[in-house]
Amino acid sequence: MNLLEVRALVKRFGGLAATDGVNLDVRRGEIHALIGPNGAGKTTLISQVCGTLQPDAGSILFAGVDVTRLAADERARLGFARSYQITSLFPSFTVLDNVVLAVQARRGSSFRFWRPAAEETGLADAAREILQQTGLALLARRMARELSHGEHRQLEIALALATQPSLLILDEPMAGMGGEESARMVSLIEGLRGTYSILLVEHDMDAVFRLADRISVLVAGRIIATGPVAEIRADAEVRLAYLGEDEA
Amino acid sequence: METSGTLPGARLERDAWWQRAAPLAALALLVALPPLANACGQEFYIGFASRVLIMGLFATSLNLLVGTGGMVSLGHAAFFGCGAYVVGILATEWPGKGELALLAWPAAMAASAALALLIGAISLRTRGVYFIMITLAFAQMLFYVALTLKAYGGDDGMSLARRSTLPGIDLASDVSFYYVVLTLAAGSLLLSGRLAAARFGRVLLGIKDNEARMESLGYPVYRYKLTAFVISGAFAGLAGALMANQNSFFSPNMMHWEQSGIALVMVILGGLGNLWGGMAGAAVFLVLEEVLAAFTRHWAIGVGAILLAVVFFAPRGIAGLWAQRR
Repeated sequence: MNLLEVRALVKRFGGLAATDGVNLDVRRGEIHALIGPNGAGKTTLISQVCGTLQPDAGSILFAGVDVTRLAADERARLGFARSYQITSLFPSFTVLDNVVLAVQARRGSSFRFWRPAAEETGLADAAREILQQTGLALLARRMARELSHGEHRQLEIALALATQPSLLILDEPMAGMGGEESARMVSLIEGLRGTYSILLVEHDMDAVFRLADRISVLVAGRIIATGPVAEIRADAEVRLAYLGEDEA
Repeated sequence: METSGTLPGARLERDAWWQRAAPLAALALLVALPPLANACGQEFYIGFASRVLIMGLFATSLNLLVGTGGMVSLGHAAFFGCGAYVVGILATEWPGKGELALLAWPAAMAASAALALLIGAISLRTRGVYFIMITLAFAQMLFYVALTLKAYGGDDGMSLARRSTLPGIDLASDVSFYYVVLTLAAGSLLLSGRLAAARFGRVLLGIKDNEARMESLGYPVYRYKLTAFVISGAFAGLAGALMANQNSFFSPNMMHWEQSGIALVMVILGGLGNLWGGMAGAAVFLVLEEVLAAFTRHWAIGVGAILLAVVFFAPRGIAGLWAQRR
């Protein structure tokens, strides 16, 4: 069962095909890693999946529905959630209020003008639960801008989870993290396995091999291989194109 | 963590008791102002206080847009002027019924809201400097349209035969009119405060902080911004309607971009995104103008210097100083 299906997707910037006929499936409940060298077009592909960039050709299906022409916010309401490679939070909100804002996006209309949001205990309770799950509970009252890099990355995930998505798109969640922080992030993502379908873009090969059910390899805008972890590790073409320096 | 208190609605904690008491104290002072002014033989200050409250209302409506929603508009005078012209045109075309405050003032708000829907629907497709320029352009277009309205005084503007009428209240009296203005200003401020702390206000603050992220969380950002733009326009229209009554006069100058600029200066002086910013800014600006104008024709230089000082030393504005001191 595929939750996400990307079909023959093409995106050109001038003469360069940054996405060159990409096919990609994310099955329900799997962690699907997307790897590839720098400049392979991973973020361009992710942006089209999330709806912030329109493809030139091809289609994107979500639970069998064509979402290719839907805007980013419409896709989010269907169940897409994204964490960003470069931290993207609400710096002048507290950690708790960051998550409350995300919870609020999926719980009823926010065209409410009179009742203080602070009195809606349902919002704060749901947000606290997410903070607990992502290991941020003790930081709830801190301003988001005061957090460390690793904590920012955790809050990124918390915001994505708070919208109750079915598809999580994690764009390099380990970027810029030290060993210990990385390990914590790996176990956080491990804990999400089965509950969400996850498309994971990551450079940290140890993390990818530990977490992924399947791996797709993107090189120069094309998927050159898709398969289970062991198969991709053994694939000669992949080793040549990408894993060469890491795994040889 | 203490400084988080300066961002209304962005946190869940409640204010200290004396911070909650401050608005009531201010209100009591404003209620007591007319008898005090009369006792001192300074009736002039009643009209002056009405002007402060009306400009404060205008600036507060702009603060919702700029301070809460992060939409820097330089064309807010369009809605202010629109409100004034609706009152003026109704009174001219339809003496008697057109002068009923209960009809003319809501009509002014509705017309300004409709105008804001039109201008906002187009302007909000752009961002940043382009948004500033396109709102400015729309307002200037309306300014030139008003210049051509020969039936309503053209570029000279036009006097109202009398103020709007309210059943049971004589608005011709400056004191009665002041109390009506005070009631409307206080009501609008209460609404504005509720709105900022409600879900809608949180969403606007989120958009100001990180619009792309709000979209990826699933918020239809454009719809929220347009709604804020229309609400803001409606209250600017109410301020315009009151100002036409206060001065018994309306003219194209109410739509001139200088008016938009003054409102923006008031908001920055008073405190961007602070509920009290618009009122505090209007009070400080108009008092400064009054005091400095007694010494020099070039009073604007003094206001400019103080604006610079505020921007550099109190970036949260004058009302922000109050919230910080804890």
